[in-house]
Amino acid sequence: MKKFEILKSPLLLPCLFMGLVLFLPYFFSNYYVGLVIQIFIMAIFALSLDILVGHTGLPSLGHATYFGVAAYATGLLYLAGIKNFWLVMVVGIGLGGLTAVLFGFLAIRALGAYFMLITLALSQVLWGIAFKWRSFTRGDDGLPGIGRREIGLGIDLKPDLHFYYFTLILFLIILVALFIFLHSPFGYALRGVRESESRMKALGYPVWRYKYLAFVFAGIFAGISGVLWVYYSGFVNPSYFGVDLSAKALLMLILGGSGSLLGPVIGSGIIVLLENIVSGFTERWSLILGVIYVVVIMLFSEGIFSFIKKR
Amino acid sequence: MKALEIEGLSKNFGGLWAIRNVSLDIEEGERRAIIGPNGAGKTTLFHLINGFLSPSSGRLFLFGDEVTHLEVHQRAARGISRTFQVTNLFQKLTLFENLLLGVQAIRRARSCFYRRIKSFKEMIHEAENLLKEWNLWEKKDVPLKNLSYGEQRQIEVMMALATQPRLLLLDEPTAGLSPAETLFMTSIIKSLPREITIILIEHDMDVAFEIAEKITVLHFGSILTEGPLEQIKGNPKVSEIYLG
Amino acid sequence: MSFWIIQTLNGLSFSMMLFLVASGFTLIFGLMKIINIAHGSFYLLGAYIGLTVLKATGNFLLATLASSIGVVLVGIIMQRFFLRRFHMKELQQVLLTFGFVFIIADLCLWIWGGNPQALPKPSLLKGSIWIGSVVFPSYRLFVILVGILVAIGLWIFQEKTKFGAIVRAGVDDEEMLRGTGINIQVVFVGVFALGALLAGIGGMIGGPFVGVFPGVDLSMLLLALVVVIIGGIGSLKGAFLGSLFVGLVDNFGKALFPELSLFTLFAPMAIVLAIKPTGIFGRKEE
Repeated sequence: MKKFEILKSPLLLPCLFMGLVLFLPYFFSNYYVGLVIQIFIMAIFALSLDILVGHTGLPSLGHATYFGVAAYATGLLYLAGIKNFWLVMVVGIGLGGLTAVLFGFLAIRALGAYFMLITLALSQVLWGIAFKWRSFTRGDDGLPGIGRREIGLGIDLKPDLHFYYFTLILFLIILVALFIFLHSPFGYALRGVRESESRMKALGYPVWRYKYLAFVFAGIFAGISGVLWVYYSGFVNPSYFGVDLSAKALLMLILGGSGSLLGPVIGSGIIVLLENIVSGFTERWSLILGVIYVVVIMLFSEGIFSFIKKR
Repeated sequence: MKALEIEGLSKNFGGLWAIRNVSLDIEEGERRAIIGPNGAGKTTLFHLINGFLSPSSGRLFLFGDEVTHLEVHQRAARGISRTFQVTNLFQKLTLFENLLLGVQAIRRARSCFYRRIKSFKEMIHEAENLLKEWNLWEKKDVPLKNLSYGEQRQIEVMMALATQPRLLLLDEPTAGLSPAETLFMTSIIKSLPREITIILIEHDMDVAFEIAEKITVLHFGSILTEGPLEQIKGNPKVSEIYLG
Repeated sequence: MSFWIIQTLNGLSFSMMLFLVASGFTLIFGLMKIINIAHGSFYLLGAYIGLTVLKATGNFLLATLASSIGVVLVGIIMQRFFLRRFHMKELQQVLLTFGFVFIIADLCLWIWGGNPQALPKPSLLKGSIWIGSVVFPSYRLFVILVGILVAIGLWIFQEKTKFGAIVRAGVDDEEMLRGTGINIQVVFVGVFALGALLAGIGGMIGGPFVGVFPGVDLSMLLLALVVVIIGGIGSLKGAFLGSLFVGLVDNFGKALFPELSLFTLFAPMAIVLAIKPTGIFGRKEE
């Protein structure tokens, strides 16, 4: 009997997961390794959005903003010849966070529909700027040729295998960091804000400050995913600010579940896999994504983010 | 020292005077009831005291300091706490999580984002003690929305007390409660220490007369009359406004 | 001097076309609190359908009619069968419109291809007119005229007609509107259809000089968002003045600093957001 007790342990699944993920490259081809890298990076992005949507109750429609800023910063710095990998990464993430610091100030004062409108508009403006400022961003053509380099200790990230483990380690670190963050007093306060702002105010919490900080943290984590994605894909273009990216992240939260650590990861897995599979046999992935969107919303009519605050 | 001083407070909503030139003083440790028919402006008055509404004119002083232009959370930091007429708790969180948020509200730990809440032993114990004191220990992990209405009304009061207030505003605490629950709630309120000044809005006259030492009667946004319990109890004008 | 006159007229014509799109957007938001992300898609559809009919018949009026009908139909379907289900659930509605953006954009890409196209101008308006010392395309003047006429028409509709009064009442207080016994669902569908129609006509009118191409739906959405944020959400006056401002600024921006024109839009938008998040003519926050 003792042998089968292991199967009931709550540690079983995480261990299996770790095993799968650690040894993945040895059993699967580069294509699948690439897919899993995508899932990790997009999971970080979805998790960052969930800080706002799932935990604070702020429905941001323009989360791609911070992803895009960090991505472009990384790309531009690399192409400008900055050699230090970590410096580029920190600056990229920092700029993403700085954008959140600035935009948060503009957006957080609004509630509900207005907040959605403003966050959307901000991301669209940046998209437009990236599009038009050809001399700086090369517009629609984007900036290709962003390579990966040495990160110290003689480790070179250029081989996909190395980048895979780098991303995996970063992903695990972020999961732990988010776990602590979301289970900290601050994290609990965010959920309080989500459930009842008035009660939080009456208890003495400066609610505005919590929402603003949540916005900034979300932006920083989004920036991390932006930087990673640039290194993964090797290029950056205006779509990194796009409405479809923000929309995809929201769909990940809807499909995978919001308000937990696991949900966004699952959602990321679903969308990334779907996208890659469907794109394999049709050009109409966008159409199918749109249909999935409509169908999912129509079916799960109640309960999606039902705590999103109105005005 | 006066716990609360209100000078010439008025609130106008697009032409309608919800509160008109209200002035009143409440001594520290006092038990004051505010009564009046529906629409008299009682809850509006609470919103004005607490900060959810800003006055059209008038001034408010909390323990001697002017708070007229302070925001809700700033007034809360000065020791004012309230319950809501419509239960206003964190429905999707567990009972324990609800209380934690109350207990952590007055501590610096509330902004900590790099340590798990479980590591703050003192806070955790305080929340646990509250639960045990109020006989709700078994329900600690129940999501709040699954608790009964009566229990939730009780928790409303618990939450307000968790921040160790000096002034407690109770907005119809017994609304919708059964007679037994009402008795229980009344005894809880009566047993609160004198360090807490209490202002009570009540529709149930028995409860109001049970708890209050002094009563303020509101009618159409103004004070109709005010005085010690016995004086108001016998006042014919008061029953008139309820029946008229 | 003539540079400024031409640019101003260019800007004005762009503003008026933008007003068509933005007014529809603000009407829909003002009454139903729906952020219609697919609003630019109505522009796209209007232009593409118009293009096809125009190429088939050579008749601009017929094309406008056909594209209007098409866009209104799509709008009615969107509202009646999908958005209506989530009344007052703003996030679900927005997410639905996200889906529609993808669907419509990809269908248009499939049907009409990825190459940028421009609608041919109606033969009547192909020429140019002398204004003082400058020559200006009559089509652009026509656009300005249409914009002003529509603005006047909408103003009359909003202020002087019974339906307009109903809409205004609904914007202020929906509960009250329901209480009057008017079939509010008809009002909602009607306003949504009107919004779609305006955007579709915007596409038809804008087709000859802005053109139609994959991505113009999002470009138009962006501009409509900027207009509505600056001018005030839910306000027709705000949409008109906002469109004037945005159209002129964008146009001069493009003429003077082509690559940074969006910054010239972004700055006023950020300023308005910092000072009054609901826009210059928007409702106050309580």
